[in-house]
Amino acid sequence: MCQEGRSPVFLQSERFGGTLMKKIVELKNISKSFDGETVLDNINLDIYDNEFLTLLGPSGCGKTTTLRIIGGFEHPDQGDVIFMGERINDMPPHKRNVNTVFQKYAMFPHLNVFENIAFPLRERRVPKKTIEEKVHEMLSMVMLNGFDHRRVTSLSGGQQQRVAIARALIGQPKVLLLDEPLGALDLKLRKDMQQELKKIQKATGITFIFVTHDQEEALTMSDTIVVMSQGRIQQIGTPQDIYNEPKNAFVADFIGESNILDGTMLKDLMVRFSGTTFQCVDKGFAPQEPVDVVVRPEDVDIVAQEKGMLRGVVTSVTFMGVHYEVIVDIGGFKWMIQTTDYVGEGEYIGLYIEPDAIHIMKKSEYSGLYGDYSSFSNELDELSDPGEESEDYE
Amino acid sequence: MKTTSRIYTALVFIFLFAPIAILLVFSFNESKSLSVFGGFSIKWYRELLHDEATLESVRNTLLLAVSAMVISTVMGTAAAVGIQKLRSKWLRTALSTATDIPMTNPDIITGISLMLMFVFVGRLFGLANSLSFWTMLIAHVTFCLPYVILQVLPRLRQMDPSLPEAAQDLGCPPLRAFFKVVLPEIRPGIVTGAIMAFTLSLDDFVISYFTSGAGFQTLPVRIYNMTKKTVTPKMYALATIIFFVILALLLISNLTDQNKKKPNQ
Repeated sequence: MCQEGRSPVFLQSERFGGTLMKKIVELKNISKSFDGETVLDNINLDIYDNEFLTLLGPSGCGKTTTLRIIGGFEHPDQGDVIFMGERINDMPPHKRNVNTVFQKYAMFPHLNVFENIAFPLRERRVPKKTIEEKVHEMLSMVMLNGFDHRRVTSLSGGQQQRVAIARALIGQPKVLLLDEPLGALDLKLRKDMQQELKKIQKATGITFIFVTHDQEEALTMSDTIVVMSQGRIQQIGTPQDIYNEPKNAFVADFIGESNILDGTMLKDLMVRFSGTTFQCVDKGFAPQEPVDVVVRPEDVDIVAQEKGMLRGVVTSVTFMGVHYEVIVDIGGFKWMIQTTDYVGEGEYIGLYIEPDAIHIMKKSEYSGLYGDYSSFSNELDELSDPGEESEDYE
Repeated sequence: MKTTSRIYTALVFIFLFAPIAILLVFSFNESKSLSVFGGFSIKWYRELLHDEATLESVRNTLLLAVSAMVISTVMGTAAAVGIQKLRSKWLRTALSTATDIPMTNPDIITGISLMLMFVFVGRLFGLANSLSFWTMLIAHVTFCLPYVILQVLPRLRQMDPSLPEAAQDLGCPPLRAFFKVVLPEIRPGIVTGAIMAFTLSLDDFVISYFTSGAGFQTLPVRIYNMTKKTVTPKMYALATIIFFVILALLLISNLTDQNKKKPNQ
């Protein structure tokens, strides 16, 4: 499903603007099933040194299992896990140079903050003085100076999170695995921690593999995003790639808001949908090939009816703070448009779409699964969001 | 309403503790009579100290209780860890239900079945008398084991399952991770289980009666055998001592349980 036949050099230059990077972790043809149910289906993924890589997808897409396979807590049924050129399928977790920040922090309740962070060094019989220095270094990195003797059970979620990060980083692993670490924090704390994690990753130069179902989090933090669904990788790319050039309807729908329409590629640079022919910037499709067309809500301009390429009636307007979310009915298909200009409900308007606002995707198994915004409401969207909401707000 | 409930509570407590109070009082009776209190004396306690056979049975009981406690605690903890690790929910429920059966089984059936098994196996090996300390020990471990599992299993369930994984992730081999991280978490359950096993073994009569041999007698069995003749107030003294020892153990067990619970709340 991914990176078919692309040479590593091409990949590297694509991802990092030409700088040659070392591969740290390689997953080769990994498959895994639990009780006959396929969780991972032939996963191929290269992870590079110094990279902030995010595994993004709805619950049950296999992202956590992928992480646990790298950590050594699950064994793939098929395929190889390569760590710095060495096959480590059978290496137990305690021998891997990889540390994990667990979803619920996994603090050791019988140890205080200092001892929790010192745990990996005590295991390695590091001299007492070095331990003390290192732990204090870590405590100041996560801004918990003076918390040494506090009980971990008396800390807030955000503080436990910091202790967990310090504990995972003190042994200087090559790779840090983070399993939805911000899921249990409230929105504001979450935003702060996103910034902080990114800063820590840059400062330490350690490869971060981050698992989340929150697309916004993935977009703001990552160098590379791996979008997963149903045990398969849907797309690998930079946040910009993933957002601007989604590979199929699943990715387009999962990342951000999008109007996904059935269309036909008339010829290169020309596509027809909604009964109108548009200029676009995509080419390389067969003539008359059926395609999925994506138009992001913020890329549509609202103009006077007679100037519009498409015409329709406004069915709902929601004030979102920065912009209005406008639902427009065009020939029965409900579009979402984000605009800073106010239009009234029931108004007849025209839509203007620039060629580069139109993104063309090949038809896939996900085509037609994501309808228009006819039943859209913010509340509903949250309810039907395929994330692990129930776990998050426990 | 308040006074009636107070009276009722008082009645319940009198009902519960009157026999023990009478036992306590008569253990200090100067005379041998059960109806007349002939004055305070500790002569029965003194006499008890000189009764070699009884003291021997006390030593036997303690030896048996301590051995049964140690073995059933180790085995029970290991079993609980194993049950908790099972992936299949069905198998997990089935196993923990199966381990509960000896608890709900009447003692007399457990006793008879164990005796039959010991004699049967003994005969297979051509032994005339197979009942000994060891058969009793096996019997006691058998009925203590479920109680230990019952105490440890909930502790394991409450524990964040990623704790042992986190320890391994940070460089601990699996067994070491268990001792360093899991054991401190489930210790209260283990302690309570051990104390329960000890007290159960200490006061068991029915199963011990069926599985004890001629050479090894525990205190309850000895007291039962003595009642066939006459009960001397010496036994009241002994019973009083046992009552207070068990009371002390119960208090310790409850206190450790509460101490462990507090910090988490």
